[in-house]
Amino acid sequence: MPGKILQANGMNRCIGCYSCMLACARVVYKSYSPRYSAIQIRTRGGLQSKLAADICRGCLEAPCAAACLTEALLARPEGGVRFNRKKCVGCGDCAKKCVVQVIYFDERDCRPVVCIQCATCVRFCPHDVLSMEVRSNA
Amino acid sequence: MLDGRPVRVLLIDLDKKKIAVEERQDLNSWLGGVGIATCLLKEHLLPGEDAFHPSQPVVLAIGPMSTVYPVVTKAVAMFKSPLTGELGESYAGLRLAMSLRFAGYDAIVLKGQAAAPAYLTISQRQVQFNDARGLWGLSTEESGRILRQLSPGGGHRSTLRIGRAGEKQVAFACAVVDTYRHFGRLGLGAVLGSKKIKALVIHGDLNIPITNPAQYNRVYEKIYKQLVETEIMEKYHGLGTTGNVEPLNALGALPVRNLQASSYPEAVNLSGETFARETLIRKISCSGCPIGCIHIGLFRRRFGQDHEHEYETLSVSYDHELVYALGTMLGLTDHRQVYALIEKVEQLGLDAISAGVALAWATEAQQKGLVPEQELLTRLSFGQTEPYLAALDNIVAQPTEFYRVLARGTWAAAGQYGGSEFACVLGKNEVAGYHTGYANIIGQAFGARHSHLDNAGYAIDQELIGKSPAATPEEIISRIIREEEERNALNSLIICLFARKVYQLPLVAEALSALGLSWKAEELLALGQKIYREKMALKKSMGFQPEQVVIPTRFLETTAIKQQLSPEKMQQLSRLMAERLSAYQ
Repeated sequence: MPGKILQANGMNRCIGCYSCMLACARVVYKSYSPRYSAIQIRTRGGLQSKLAADICRGCLEAPCAAACLTEALLARPEGGVRFNRKKCVGCGDCAKKCVVQVIYFDERDCRPVVCIQCATCVRFCPHDVLSMEVRSNA
Repeated sequence: MLDGRPVRVLLIDLDKKKIAVEERQDLNSWLGGVGIATCLLKEHLLPGEDAFHPSQPVVLAIGPMSTVYPVVTKAVAMFKSPLTGELGESYAGLRLAMSLRFAGYDAIVLKGQAAAPAYLTISQRQVQFNDARGLWGLSTEESGRILRQLSPGGGHRSTLRIGRAGEKQVAFACAVVDTYRHFGRLGLGAVLGSKKIKALVIHGDLNIPITNPAQYNRVYEKIYKQLVETEIMEKYHGLGTTGNVEPLNALGALPVRNLQASSYPEAVNLSGETFARETLIRKISCSGCPIGCIHIGLFRRRFGQDHEHEYETLSVSYDHELVYALGTMLGLTDHRQVYALIEKVEQLGLDAISAGVALAWATEAQQKGLVPEQELLTRLSFGQTEPYLAALDNIVAQPTEFYRVLARGTWAAAGQYGGSEFACVLGKNEVAGYHTGYANIIGQAFGARHSHLDNAGYAIDQELIGKSPAATPEEIISRIIREEEERNALNSLIICLFARKVYQLPLVAEALSALGLSWKAEELLALGQKIYREKMALKKSMGFQPEQVVIPTRFLETTAIKQQLSPEKMQQLSRLMAERLSAYQ
């Protein structure tokens, strides 16, 4: 069975609770801060507007991984990347190459906050907004 | 705070445009939230001076569990209330607690007065004093929009601003937080207005590493499951707080037409079911709350008589207290009428409860001939929206002596014009949307901030219905005080009180342990008791005299849950409560 990638197809149902962000930060990045999450929920212009999710779109032959000289980021065949933090030297090139500009690179600790397609955010979404799906063009 | 680090307080001096950051280990024994805010208020307060004295402080605080655990979403504001002249304490949600946490401040103390209208942007390494002359006079919505454009950090910031009511120092002006939540009660907006502060924009994106991931994740998941997989929170997500309207009406506990009645047939048109069926378009959440209790409805309004097919659409949040104060109290009979008033109150930046109760009192005062029409500039009538919209504008614009006095609160107006016996006010604060009986009235009359949320007397009344043998006066007083003490413990964290049934004190102790903080359940309760005592003592230093509390006769005239309340029993309860409070100096 082909692997899956994160999708946010139910954004019209999103309540902006940040449970996904807090889950990613907590479980993957061991931080309390929702800024340290690879998924970012934001408004399109204040809370009267619709909510949007900035997520990794699971590129095939991911450009962020191609830019990584240490192979800390490796492209997954089904789209998206794996991240080996120990190999990362903190150059930040991955964030620059991200097509949809969703890799957060914190200058304070020089490591990218990047989606590893682990589905932790999906598990904590209370409103069926997020899911793991096979890439439509896989 | 987290891992036992000292409480970090940002002090902002508006007179000198200087800031300081204090690391306060001594405050750790007060945990956070209302505990540390009470201490900081006491430290900086001028108890004998007016609420608008430039040196009076405004304190904002969060707790050790803020954003770190689900539904721990509130920030507290403490100040001297211009409405009551006593303890000002109010809570707000959405993104404020999160922004403070990740800006790295556990509390902010704001003192002094800006020379000209200003707004502050606050982040981890910077506080900026910005010119707000161009924002002064703007609605809460428009100023919010401009501030979002001018400030960095979308998604990780909070924008707290006042409307025209705060600028004009209406004693019950609110501060709007992130469009849909408010520091509603007791006039924080007016105090900020007196300081010429239009807004605070707080941006927080600090990384705070988790020190004990295994233990923390285990406790987090346990709490999260209880919140989303049990029925405990469903009522807040489902219909939301307006789900109370019909049950309260059926009980005979819903204040109607300035509490001349406690139910009416038209309540069905203002029920949670009606709002949901006819208007509900979405729900949103405070940051870190998976429940989503903020109900947003679509208010569709025609341009005017000349524009047959022209409409504007507004997204308005509704809740029980708004539907009560700006609906049933004013005898309205259609949800669209309520939306028109909610929208007006939001844009002006008024507290919805106080504004609605003030209008209800003014309607009856005018009907009884206490206020001449040339002072009111309109003819108020229960059920009629247009005069109320005009009166709300006038409370802010204050074109006549009557509106200048009403802008100081219902109690002040009743003091001058007469009609205090039918003013739905306890402790100078306009009451919330319940008429359930003795505990509700005593709870608000003697609560530290005269709010229904101090001790939820309305819930105690409902629990005591049909109890045999009936609760003694001593039992009622003890339950009210016990509830207020427990709520002070939760408010030191600061857990949204909607989740109080999940966050029992033993679970709170377990949650704190995973953050490196050692508290037993009984120590948390003792802390709640200590905060309650401290707040009462502080309140007395500002002039509160429990033995002088007045309960207007209107509360006794109208049946509560079909029961006629007795003046003798009310007096007995008041006396007992005053005796209990006499110990707190």
